Amino acid sequence: MDFYLTALLQGLCFSGIALGIYISMKIFNIPDITTDGSYTLGGAFTGVLLLHHQPTYIILPAVILAGALAGALTGIIHTKLKINALLAGILVMYGLYSVNLKLMGRSNLPLNGIPSIFNLVNWITNPNQNTLLILLTFIVIITLIIGYLLKTDFGIAMRATGNSETMIRALGVNTDRMKITGLAIANALTAVSGYLITQYQGFADINMGIGIVIVGLGSVIIAEAFINWFKITYVWLSLILVISGAIIFQFVLAFTLSVGIDPTFLKLVTAAFVLLIVGIPRLSFNKSA
Amino acid sequence: MIALHNIHKVFNKGKANQVDAVNGIDLKINDGEFLVIVGSNGSGKTTLLNLISGSVLPTSGTVNIDINDVTDLPDYKRSQWIARVFQNPVSGTASDLSILDNFRLAAIRTKPKGLSVGVNDAFKKQVKEKIATLGMGLENKIEQLMGTLSGGQRQALTLLMSIMDNCKVLLLDEPTAALDPRSAEVVMKTADKLIKDFDLTAILITHNLKDAFSYGSRIIQMGEGVILKDIDTKKKSALKQTDLFDWFG
Repeated sequence: MDFYLTALLQGLCFSGIALGIYISMKIFNIPDITTDGSYTLGGAFTGVLLLHHQPTYIILPAVILAGALAGALTGIIHTKLKINALLAGILVMYGLYSVNLKLMGRSNLPLNGIPSIFNLVNWITNPNQNTLLILLTFIVIITLIIGYLLKTDFGIAMRATGNSETMIRALGVNTDRMKITGLAIANALTAVSGYLITQYQGFADINMGIGIVIVGLGSVIIAEAFINWFKITYVWLSLILVISGAIIFQFVLAFTLSVGIDPTFLKLVTAAFVLLIVGIPRLSFNKSA
Repeated sequence: MIALHNIHKVFNKGKANQVDAVNGIDLKINDGEFLVIVGSNGSGKTTLLNLISGSVLPTSGTVNIDINDVTDLPDYKRSQWIARVFQNPVSGTASDLSILDNFRLAAIRTKPKGLSVGVNDAFKKQVKEKIATLGMGLENKIEQLMGTLSGGQRQALTLLMSIMDNCKVLLLDEPTAALDPRSAEVVMKTADKLIKDFDLTAILITHNLKDAFSYGSRIIQMGEGVILKDIDTKKKSALKQTDLFDWFG
């Protein structure tokens, strides 16, 4: 059972990435893979600042700002230099590797014995359940903020930017600036995932972000299946489904490991799983067409 | 008033595929005028409209709206004066957003899009009342996604969206080209009514010579990036529909 609780906790930690990818991929229609870099950036900032005994109210804003800057940089390269979004993301992600390594000073930062966000309050004596409660509170707050944002006039303009650029420009929105802002928000959320996971695992690692974008993609694709299935148009419900997607994704991985598949194959299984959820709806669609 | 002075637009300058889309046009459109532009494909009509909207910036020449020199302003800044309806209904509306959200954006075309929730009950009521004037029965579907509507319905709503906020100039780029004849007629009649009711300055591009004859107070014919004929209100009333067909003979 603990096995699945761990998966649930990890899923909640990864909700930031899932929401970030939802914003870049679904709302803005931009394939952004700055993710791998901004996730590690969040982790690196968290690790370094924790080691310097900084309080949460400094670490979290710093992490958010760092992620936002990384995203904004990708956005600026994409919109101002007219470089393909995928390439812009790859360039920033690649460059961030050095930045992260410089920040951390070495490839791994153990945080043994350093109090984290999960020691901030002790609501329940069972540490895992306490972590769960703290994570849930954290994610609920983030979801409320993002959900509200998407409901505002600014949020509607954001959603329209990825949907009909000609229309939204004719309605007075600077789409370049909007995309830069959107990618900044997306990568800030991703960095928050790095912040959570680093404290949850108790270490930051230079390689923690490699391929992490697939976790976000998988979560969003799972959520999208439900959104299309039940024809959901409500913003809040979509966000909750995206987070559920992140949790389901971790459950599937936990299940894979629990049935005794060699952990070496974990990434292959993950890739196959994402392929499966992308592929199945298309296969059945072809039959009915 | 819109004034274009000696406007040139060259695409791919100096390359083998150079296109001189607009070659030195001087045009003054007065307030309240409803200008119809006709011309064959490649005559520069759409480029001219895009030069006015700011989607395309001129190679040389100046564009003025009233006393403002807007030559270097991009489209999203000129939206404070200009509302647009596109040939493709998909371009003028956001498919994945509800009708209500589309209208919300249109209602703040000239204003900043801030961090407050603008879609409230009062706004819903206002949108319902506006949409009811179309008589299409769409007022009870405002929560529906724009993408679920037909092209004709979307073009009619785009027209309505243009007058949700302050509008001086309405640009119509072949708004009925993608529609069936019946929807096209509804859209053109709606446009004509809105232009008259709100005293808009309007520019319509059309390939439909019947529409060009029936609507508008002034008509120009374009060819090779210049204005070939300019028929003002007085001369237009004397114009016969057959004359228009002769222009393309």
